[in-house]
Amino acid sequence: MSAPLTTIRPTASALDGDARANRISARDVTVHYGPKQAIFDVSMEIPERSVTAFIGPSGCGKSTFLRCFNRMNDTIEGCRVGGTITIDGEDIHDPALDVVELRARVGMVFQKPNPFPKSIYDNIAYGPRIHGLVRGKAETDALVESALQKAGLWKEVADRLDAPGTGLSGGQQQRLCIARAIATGPEVILMDEPCSALDPIATAVVEDLIHELKEQYTIVIVTHSMQQAARVSQKTAFFHLGKLIEYGETEQIFVNPREKQTEAYITGRIG
Amino acid sequence: MTAIDTAPAGSAADENARRRAQIRRSLTRRNRAETRFRLLGLGSALAAMAFVAVLFGNILSHGLPAFWQYTLDAEVTFDAAVIRVPERPVQGADQSDAEFRAAMLSWQRRLAMVNWNRLIVASVQAAAPGQQIDDRAAVSVIDSGVRFVLRDMVADNPALIGQTVPVRMLLSADGDNWAKGRISRDLPDARQQLSRPARDWIDSLMAQGTVHRAFAWHIFTNVDSRTSPASAGLAGAFVGSLYMMIVVILLAVPIGVASAIYLEEFAPRNRATDLIEVNINNLAAVPSIVFGLLGAAVFINIFHLPFSAPLVGGLVLTLMTLPTIIIATRSSLRAVPPSLRQAALGLGASRTQMVFHHVLPVTFPGILTASILGVAQALGETAPLLLIGMNAFVANIPATPMEQSAALPVQIYLWQGNENRNFFEPRTFAAIIVLLGLMILLNALAIWLRGRLERKA
Repeated sequence: MSAPLTTIRPTASALDGDARANRISARDVTVHYGPKQAIFDVSMEIPERSVTAFIGPSGCGKSTFLRCFNRMNDTIEGCRVGGTITIDGEDIHDPALDVVELRARVGMVFQKPNPFPKSIYDNIAYGPRIHGLVRGKAETDALVESALQKAGLWKEVADRLDAPGTGLSGGQQQRLCIARAIATGPEVILMDEPCSALDPIATAVVEDLIHELKEQYTIVIVTHSMQQAARVSQKTAFFHLGKLIEYGETEQIFVNPREKQTEAYITGRIG
Repeated sequence: MTAIDTAPAGSAADENARRRAQIRRSLTRRNRAETRFRLLGLGSALAAMAFVAVLFGNILSHGLPAFWQYTLDAEVTFDAAVIRVPERPVQGADQSDAEFRAAMLSWQRRLAMVNWNRLIVASVQAAAPGQQIDDRAAVSVIDSGVRFVLRDMVADNPALIGQTVPVRMLLSADGDNWAKGRISRDLPDARQQLSRPARDWIDSLMAQGTVHRAFAWHIFTNVDSRTSPASAGLAGAFVGSLYMMIVVILLAVPIGVASAIYLEEFAPRNRATDLIEVNINNLAAVPSIVFGLLGAAVFINIFHLPFSAPLVGGLVLTLMTLPTIIIATRSSLRAVPPSLRQAALGLGASRTQMVFHHVLPVTFPGILTASILGVAQALGETAPLLLIGMNAFVANIPATPMEQSAALPVQIYLWQGNENRNFFEPRTFAAIIVLLGLMILLNALAIWLRGRLERKA
C-alpha cells in the first residue's frame, strides 16, 4: 500500500515462505439473534495472505460468523456475540479498541455491490479521507489510482473518475467496492458472497482478482458456490446449522472430507 | 406437470384443453373485475378533480372581482382656507433635535385637525357639476381612508396647499357595492345604504368613466381597517404570517430533523424510545386547537410572552409542525437501503460519519419536502392562533415578532365575520386567494427542489 498503516506488524513467521502464520483466531464464538442462537462455539485459525472459504447451506451461519471479524454484527439490533476473536493477537472486543479502527483494518465486500451514490473517485477516496490516510490532492489521486489498479478497474474507468459509481456494470461495481476496501489499506478483507449478483464472466474476473489479492491480504470469503471455493481458496470451512462441521485444506475438504455431513453437502445430497 | 408427463398422450391433450378453457373462463372474470376497478378509480379521480374545480372556480369567481375596486379620478383643490396650518417647521441652527421633533409633532397635530372631508366633498361635487349631491352623500361615496391620503400628501409636500391636483380616490365600501351591482336597485330608499343623490352621482360618473375600476394594490400594501373597509388590506396579516413562518422554519425544521435523526440512527431501541415514538405519533393526531391551548397556558401564562404576537404564534405552530416533520424525516431515513449504511460502516466510518456523509445526502430531498409541507401546513393553521389572541383586530404592520399582529388565515376568519357582508364576502375570498397562492407557491417550491436535488443525486 502507498499509505502503510501503523497497525501492520509483520510477525517473524509471516516472513518465512509457505508456513503462513495465523492472523485471525476465533475461540468458542457464539452468536445469538435475540433468543435464537445462530453460531455454536466455533473455533478456528485463519492463516494470513491466503484465501479461506466458508461454505454451507443457506442459513448455516457462515455470513454471520464472517461479520464477527469486523464486528458488523454490532449494527444488528438484538445480536450478541460471545467467545474471543483475536486478530494478530489483539482481542477485537477489547473495550480499548475502537470499532472504527478495527473496520479500517478489516475491510469488507458485500453480497450486493453497494457503491456510494458518489463519483468513482470519491468512492475510493472516502475511506482514506475519513481515516486521515491521505493529505492533499496528489496523494489522494495516487491512492485512488493504485487501488483501482489493484482491483483491475483502472483501465476501464481511468477516463471517467467523475462519473457516478452507481453507473458502472454489476461486475465493475463489485470491483469498485473491492478497490474501495483496498484503499484504506486493510490487513484482512472479508467477502460475503461477492459474486452472487454477478454473471459468470464478471465472476471469473473477480475470482482472478481474489487470486492476486491474496499475495498481499488475508481474505475470508463466504460463497454459495463450491466450485468457487475450490477455485479460489486454500482453506475451506464447512458450516451446518450454526456449527463448524469441518475445517481444513481446501483440497482435503473436497477430495477427502473427514465428516459425513461435509461429504453429503459437497456431493449435493444436503443443502 | 409430472402428472401430465406420465399420463398417456391422448388424455394429456384433453387435460391441457380443459385447463386452457378453465383459465380462459377465469380470465374473463378477472378482466371484468379489472375494468370495473379501473372505472371506479377513474370515477373517483374525476370526482375529486371536479370538487377541486368547483372549489377553485367558486373561490376565484367570488374573490377576483375584489381585486378591482371602483375609484374616482377627480381634481382636489387643497384649499388654503380649509388647510389652515402654519409653515412646516424647519430645524433651525439653534434648535435641538428634541425641540425640532416637538415642533414637527405639533405641526402634524394641526394637520390632523384639518377637516379634510371638506376637500373631498368639494371635489366630489365638482366632479359632477350637473348633479345635486349634499355634503353627507358626498362623504358617504368616498372611502373614509382618503382623508388620510390627502393629509399625508400635504405632510409630505406642504407646497400643495393652494394647488389643484388630480387624485385617485377610492370609493367607499357602499359605493363600491353599488357600482358593482351588489345591491339591488329595486330596494326602497329606506333600505339602501346610500341616499338617492349618492347613488345617482355614482351612476352618472360611471357613465362618464370618471368612476371606474382600478386594481386594488392597497390589498397588499394596507393593513386591516374597520373605519375604512374599502381600503383595508392584508399587509399586516402577511407580515405576521411571515414572522411565524420564520419562527417555524428556524425552530421546527432543525429540531424536527435533528430529533428524527437521533431517534432513527442513534437512539437505543428500548422502552423509553418506544414511548417517545408512540407519543410523537399521537401528537401528530392532536387537534391543532389543543396546541393553541397549550401555547396560551405555557408561553403566555408561564413565560409571560405577549398576546397576539407572531413569536408566540410561531412557537405554537412549531409544536404543531414538529411531529409532522419528525415522522416524515424518519420515514425518509428508513427508506435508505441498508446496503448504503453497511458500505459506510464496513469502511470504518463512524455512525455520525455514516449519517452525515451518506444517509443525509440521499435523504435530503425527502427531508426538504417534508419541511416545506410542514411549514405550509403551519401557514394555513387558524385554530391555535385564535387561542393566543391573534384574532384581535390589529391595524399595523408588526415591526418585530414580539409586536401584536394579525395572520393571514385569521384575517380570513375575521373578514368572513365582518358585519358588512356584502362588501367583505368577496374580500374574504380575495384573502383566501392570496393564502392559497402562497401555499401553492410553497408546494411548487417543494416539488421543484425535490426534482432538482433528485436529478443531481
